[in-house]
Amino acid sequence: MNRIPKILLTALAFFLSQPIWAQMPVEMADTMRADGKIRVVIGVVAIIFIGIVVYLIRLEMRMKRIEKRIQE
Amino acid sequence: MIKGAWWKLTSAVLVLYGLIAGFSFDVPRLPILNESIRNLYFHVGMWFAMMALFLGSSIYSIRYLRQGKVQDDQKASGAASVGMLFGSLGLLTGMLWAKFTWGAFWVNDPKLNGTAISLLIYLAYFVLRQSMEDHTKRARISAVYNLFAFAIMITFIQVLPRLTDSLHPGNGGNPAFSNYDLDSTMRLVFYPIIIGWIGLGYWVLDLRQRWKEINTKLNDNE
Repeated sequence: MNRIPKILLTALAFFLSQPIWAQMPVEMADTMRADGKIRVVIGVVAIIFIGIVVYLIRLEMRMKRIEKRIQE
Repeated sequence: MIKGAWWKLTSAVLVLYGLIAGFSFDVPRLPILNESIRNLYFHVGMWFAMMALFLGSSIYSIRYLRQGKVQDDQKASGAASVGMLFGSLGLLTGMLWAKFTWGAFWVNDPKLNGTAISLLIYLAYFVLRQSMEDHTKRARISAVYNLFAFAIMITFIQVLPRLTDSLHPGNGGNPAFSNYDLDSTMRLVFYPIIIGWIGLGYWVLDLRQRWKEINTKLNDNE
């Protein structure tokens, strides 16, 4: 008689715990983006990529010059 | 003005936008993946570029078989080689990502094994090319092999993983980009950067091809 409520309580606790487990916060880099200077990293990545593209464009210019010379 | 400036600079701008937005825009909060979900913009981009280059490569091969122009054969092998570069980058970035989400650098997943086999098949394409001295024969046989390699690659990467179960999203019976896999903010970054990566791949191919053609002309003059 006394056991049944205990089992029920356990079951209730188990089912209640499901949504709580599902709501557990997923770890994301929130603070890093807020004050962790992630924008500095974005800036660095952007500068590197722009640098590579500028180099590619200069390579294109040189390629064009050599193509002209070979046409003549 | 540089040759093909509009599409080259457009792809550069798209990738630059993707790099900046890819780090700063909000992403879905998912367990296990955490912030690494942002890898989608970069890792998957490599595969899209590879597929686009291999597709281009087989189109050049078909053109070579129909018209017999040397340039088409050069472009076919060039696109395959730039495609291999992007494929290797995709494999390496995927291994790093897998280590921190699936727990190992390599897992026994049909998509991973299929990709490895496909890259080996494309590697054999270059071995085949180097094994033949005669230019016409080399171009013809490797063009036919290239079409075969493309068909096998599509089967191994796009078909078989969908028939069985795969750890990759969109596999095991689902289309790759269902509503559930990619949320709308991520699409704003994903689609532009994919186009950018593909364009960047073709930029490299263009430079390689022009260098090849100069080389051919110089050799003919000697």
